[in-house]
Amino acid sequence: MEDLYREIIIDRYKSPHYRGHLEPHDIAFADSNPLCGDHIEITVRVDENGRIADARFDGKGCAISQASADLLIESVIGKSLEEVKRLNKQDVLDLLGIELGPVRLKCALLSLKVLKAGVYGLGEASDDLVE
Amino acid sequence: MTLDVGRIRQDFPILGREIRPGVPLVYLDSTATTQKPLAVIQAMDEFYRRSNANIHRGVHTLAEEATALYEQARQKVARFVGASSADQIIFTRNATEAINLVAYAWGRANLQAGDVILLTEMEHHSNLVPWHMLAAERKLNLEFVPVTPDGLLDLEAYHRLLARTPRLVAFTHMSNVLGTINPATEMIRLAHEAGAVVLVDGAQSVPHLPVNVQALDVDFLAFSAHKMLGPTGIGVLYGKRSLLENMPPFLGGGDMIKSVHLTGFTPNTLPHKFEAGTPAIAEAVGLAAAIDYLEGIGMEAIAAHERALITYALERLEEVPGLRIFGPAAEHKGGVAAFTLEGVHPHDVAQILDTVGVAVRAGHHCAQPLHTKFGLPATTRASFYLYSTFQEVDALIEGLYQVKKVFGI
Repeated sequence: MEDLYREIIIDRYKSPHYRGHLEPHDIAFADSNPLCGDHIEITVRVDENGRIADARFDGKGCAISQASADLLIESVIGKSLEEVKRLNKQDVLDLLGIELGPVRLKCALLSLKVLKAGVYGLGEASDDLVE
Repeated sequence: MTLDVGRIRQDFPILGREIRPGVPLVYLDSTATTQKPLAVIQAMDEFYRRSNANIHRGVHTLAEEATALYEQARQKVARFVGASSADQIIFTRNATEAINLVAYAWGRANLQAGDVILLTEMEHHSNLVPWHMLAAERKLNLEFVPVTPDGLLDLEAYHRLLARTPRLVAFTHMSNVLGTINPATEMIRLAHEAGAVVLVDGAQSVPHLPVNVQALDVDFLAFSAHKMLGPTGIGVLYGKRSLLENMPPFLGGGDMIKSVHLTGFTPNTLPHKFEAGTPAIAEAVGLAAAIDYLEGIGMEAIAAHERALITYALERLEEVPGLRIFGPAAEHKGGVAAFTLEGVHPHDVAQILDTVGVAVRAGHHCAQPLHTKFGLPATTRASFYLYSTFQEVDALIEGLYQVKKVFGI
């Protein structure tokens, strides 16, 4: 379990590369994990070809939730919205390079849930998005 | 009155296990639920092996034995909390259901639009949400006694709020986050002078302190077996006879009736009026064994042990740079320490502590308004019981330094 706190996770938690808020933006979405109070907001700019030109996240929470948001944003810049829609749980775990129990999985997947809910233009985020 | 904790620990099989090879369990989550002594496990095992049957109305030997064991458990609970008779002890699923019982049965029969219920800011959700639900249904006004920055109830504000003549005052005897032991006797006396009925949430106090309902003069007391060495699935509501007798039933079904016709029913007498359906029989037997165990040690001795532990724990925690403790000084609290560590989320603290075998809880501990008051989404909480040791406090502190190392702070 100590592997959970790999250097990259602590690193990105303490010094995120993509923390911020884009103004103007084309997509914005935010959600919380009510159990632990983790909160993630994501803003996205989309270019004329339907690709993510830039994105940022903001929020607060545990190292897993914040580091996974930072790594996710890094991985989706340049991707098409269609590609983002196909991202799933395993993609986030691959980014983090760890395995997680059911409780902490929710922390790790919050940012993907928020991003996909925004990309799909949904009213609210659902766990089905990250199955 | 020093406890022989080494000997006590031998009675708890789970305390001997390792979380991973070579990493012994350090269980500091007794506020959430307590571990069970062999006496409780064996009493329940024995019940199922020897005496299991449904209770009441059966005439066969097993039914009579099971009924006797169930009713003996009720008598044991009554004696444990100083109730004058066993029929004032209602078995529920847990403290939460006991409070809901009062909200539904007493609240619906006695409260009208505009009535005030006085609660406090340090309540567990179990002593908030039932009143929110009733308030919405009956258009009641909820008022809250504020918590001071050092984690005590603001008793001056309590005096002022009592002037609004609440019909009910409901408060926790001991906070599950701050550990604060509220001055219940004085608060109940003042509430009665203001004409209020008083419910005390004893989920944390009954397991850890000597509690006597007649000395407190409390009207309703709710608590859970699983927080006092007993099994999950059974809790207790104590109520004053006059109140319980005048309340309509809570849940409808078997056992809570005297007679049933197609056109209606006549409710049973106390305590059966409030116990619909087959109750948690083996769990009542387990609770009785838990009470025997606690009484064998002595509640005064248990409280003294926890006082010594929390005093030591607060001293040690204060040494950790960046650590902030919530709640009052040791003399006002039980064995609970909720804290934050600067720069690390409480879930990360708990997760890393788990790697060294230390089991603590992280979150809002079902007291979200209290955390909001302190501007926190969550805290990490370590809590103690009669089987906790000073070495376990040391393991917690070492674990916290490990957290700081992982996070490079």
